Amino acid sequence: MAQQQVDGHEIYYVPSQSKVPVWLAFGLGVMLYGVASWMNSLQTGQHGHEIMMLVGFLIVAIALYKWFAAVIVENHAGLNSSQVKRSYVWGMGWFIFSEVMFFAAFFGALFYIRFFALTWLGGGGEKAITGEYLWPDFSPDWATGAVNPHPQFAGPDGTFAAPSLTNWGAYLPFYNTVILLSSSVTIHVAHTALKEGNRRKLILWLGITIALAFLFMGLQIEEYVQAYRDLGLTMDSGIYGSTFFLLTGFHGFHVALGTFMLIIMLARCLKGHFTKEDHFGFEATAWYWHFVDVVWLALFLFVYVF
Amino acid sequence: MSAVIDAHHDDHDHGPAKGITRWLYTTNHKDIGSMYLWFSFIMFLAGGVMALVIRAELFQPGQSFVDPHFFNQMTTMHGLVMVFGAIMPAFVGLANWMLPMMVGAPDMALPRMNNLSFWILPFASALLISTLFMEGGGPDFGWTLYAPLSTTYGPPSTTFVIFAIHLLGASSIMGAINIIATILNMRAPGMTLMKMPMFVWTWLITAYLLIAVMPVLAGAVTMMLFDIHFGTSFFDAAGGGDPVLFQHIFWFFGHPEVYIMILPAFGIVSHVIPAFSRKKLFGYDSMVYATSSIAFLSFIVWAHHMFTVGMPLAGQLFFMYATMLIAVPTGVKVFNWISTMWQGAMTFETPMLFALAFVFLFTVGGFSGVMLAIAPADYQYHDTYFVVAHFHYVLVSGALFSIFCAVYFWLPKWTGHMYSEALGKVHFWLSFIGVNIAFFPMHFSGLAGMPRRIPDYALQFANFNAWSTVGAFIFGLSQLLFLYVVIQSIRGGQKATAQVWDGAEGLEWTVPSPAPYHTFSTPPQLK
Ligand code: HEM
Ligand SMILES: [Cu+2]
Repeated sequence: MAQQQVDGHEIYYVPSQSKVPVWLAFGLGVMLYGVASWMNSLQTGQHGHEIMMLVGFLIVAIALYKWFAAVIVENHAGLNSSQVKRSYVWGMGWFIFSEVMFFAAFFGALFYIRFFALTWLGGGGEKAITGEYLWPDFSPDWATGAVNPHPQFAGPDGTFAAPSLTNWGAYLPFYNTVILLSSSVTIHVAHTALKEGNRRKLILWLGITIALAFLFMGLQIEEYVQAYRDLGLTMDSGIYGSTFFLLTGFHGFHVALGTFMLIIMLARCLKGHFTKEDHFGFEATAWYWHFVDVVWLALFLFVYVF
Repeated sequence: MSAVIDAHHDDHDHGPAKGITRWLYTTNHKDIGSMYLWFSFIMFLAGGVMALVIRAELFQPGQSFVDPHFFNQMTTMHGLVMVFGAIMPAFVGLANWMLPMMVGAPDMALPRMNNLSFWILPFASALLISTLFMEGGGPDFGWTLYAPLSTTYGPPSTTFVIFAIHLLGASSIMGAINIIATILNMRAPGMTLMKMPMFVWTWLITAYLLIAVMPVLAGAVTMMLFDIHFGTSFFDAAGGGDPVLFQHIFWFFGHPEVYIMILPAFGIVSHVIPAFSRKKLFGYDSMVYATSSIAFLSFIVWAHHMFTVGMPLAGQLFFMYATMLIAVPTGVKVFNWISTMWQGAMTFETPMLFALAFVFLFTVGGFSGVMLAIAPADYQYHDTYFVVAHFHYVLVSGALFSIFCAVYFWLPKWTGHMYSEALGKVHFWLSFIGVNIAFFPMHFSGLAGMPRRIPDYALQFANFNAWSTVGAFIFGLSQLLFLYVVIQSIRGGQKATAQVWDGAEGLEWTVPSPAPYHTFSTPPQLK
């Protein structure tokens, strides 16, 4: 496992040629061409290229699998000096930052709509003239979700806004918050166990984390069902539904991805891939999970409660 | 897994693999840098042809050459192709080639991801350009993708444009992550942050900007996608949304984006001017701080693109003053370059000519920028050719000239041969003259009220436009000469020394020319 050294310097491992990246790029191109033409076919009713979408996805999946497998093998072969490992650490850190900025765009949209656009559309604030010109009868109310000046967008009958505190016992998003926050704690416990070299504890707590993740996703699905079935809160019900579904939807998608990563980590723990000192794959997953959690916290506050 | 074990025995000793797989499967920063540069040149020619279609149509008033709908597709595609296909990849290519050598690293930090970042580009641009051949035509709403033109009224191919932008963004983000990791993690021992070459510094900050704003663009086009296909109403006032919201999000990306395209240029010029003045860069520290403050300010000025949409007065004032503030650190840079030349032993080889033209013409663009930043004046200038003049001065005679400058400066290091100085100078003068004939008259047509993105115009603008078209063709055609000069230097010519330019400093000049396939497998000793 010795790292390669020359004249007392660690050698920075530069992998030799690899077929994977170019295949991955090709797969992405094929997949997205397929996705785009499928979306267009939804509107025109013509035939899209769903097959391309699937083939592309398959290529992407295989390429990613091969890529991660290669990295794991290299690490076990002792090719990764501490400096190489630091590159992976920086890489993951900045990737998470880019994800934060992706969500920032949607939160920015939410704030702008709530605090500027809607006020103006409703004939208030500095740009009140907008409302007077466009829809003089319209009065916006974010809390009820009834914010649609034009009948083309029906508007929901209700929202998931928070009830008074005493009623939180029946408030689904509150449970989800508790679940997700706890899962951040449990993954931390698992990580501590890994650092202590306590395998049983690691696997137990990682398993609990995964269970919590599934519970969260299950409740989230239940919430969507309620939204569509009982509240008339849909994606095309107006701006409240738009922000609600895109924010919670992309968050849910990230939770799903994070859960997938957690499952892989569980498999790798069972296979004994990690050591006390060397387990960045696990750590990166844990970071990602904490990130998903923090996004939820912002979501809970600004999409649900306030 | 044998391929992986192979890597055990050092592949640093071999040169490149043979055949096409060298390029498809490579992990070598020099190969990838070359591919980026060639790709960006091809895109530059493609975008250039579109520009010439635009200029041909505008040569005379009246509808003369293409139909208006196609004209709109040309303006849109020209912008998208040049920004995402030509300028940005060219700078990433230069970063790939130079950063590892400048910081004394064996390669980029994450070599396979590096190759992925590159290879996404051809697929993404194929997706983008193929929209021109789709039913309903390509995107026709301008590179700024404003809703509702792009949502309610866009052609079906808009969906493809959105995914192309997603891919281009992913490529940029991965490229930027790689660059940051390389700079922060791979510097030779002893190269502290404040000893890094300026190109490294400017790229560090550029990469940070990229990671911060490309995801925001992704968010913006995602909202477009959902508005188009899934009934959301982000940009539709009927459902409580707001088209102006799109502009805010787009420009939150867009303004930092223009600095993404100019900061690396600042870095290049900060290498070339000292080299040919045979002096150290004047005010290195202040350059670093100026670059950082420009990056910071670039996040809080975006709405200067939107003075006319009807923002509250407080907003207009804030964005006006914040924008003008940027002129301060920019001015610091210009003064530093001039002071570097002061009393230097200057010579005027092609890279230096481009660097000088950069300083001069970029400043012209900076001044028109300050004019545009004055909100009440911008009511008059907005969406006229004055804006077009402004951003072509900063992007063509700014960003693009700096890329030419960099290519001439480092070409001998890449190919091992000197380029033809005489032809290089001809290329410079043709470009310099062409750019000014093309874009200077646009200031006047703009001030006189000619709107941008319109295929026809009133008679009083005819002379200005005829000149612009002549200039554009001079500029466009002279780029073929550039291609010739580069190919000539790849194929042969006077052997270059390791030092190449006697006044140049930095680790890249300590390795032989052409630079060996692998440089600095062990970190160099810094003096
Ligand atoms: C002193 C520095 C600068 C100032 C004060 C400035 C100011 C402005 C303003 C106010 C506008 C909006 C004009 C309008 O639409 O009415 C504008 C447009 C633009 N600027 Fe600058 N600018 C500066 C530097 C730059 C640089 C360095 C670049 C790129 C390298 C750049 C690229 C652009 C582009 C591309 C547009 C037009 C975008 C579009 O509408 O399509 N600017 N600038
Ligand atoms: Cu701007």
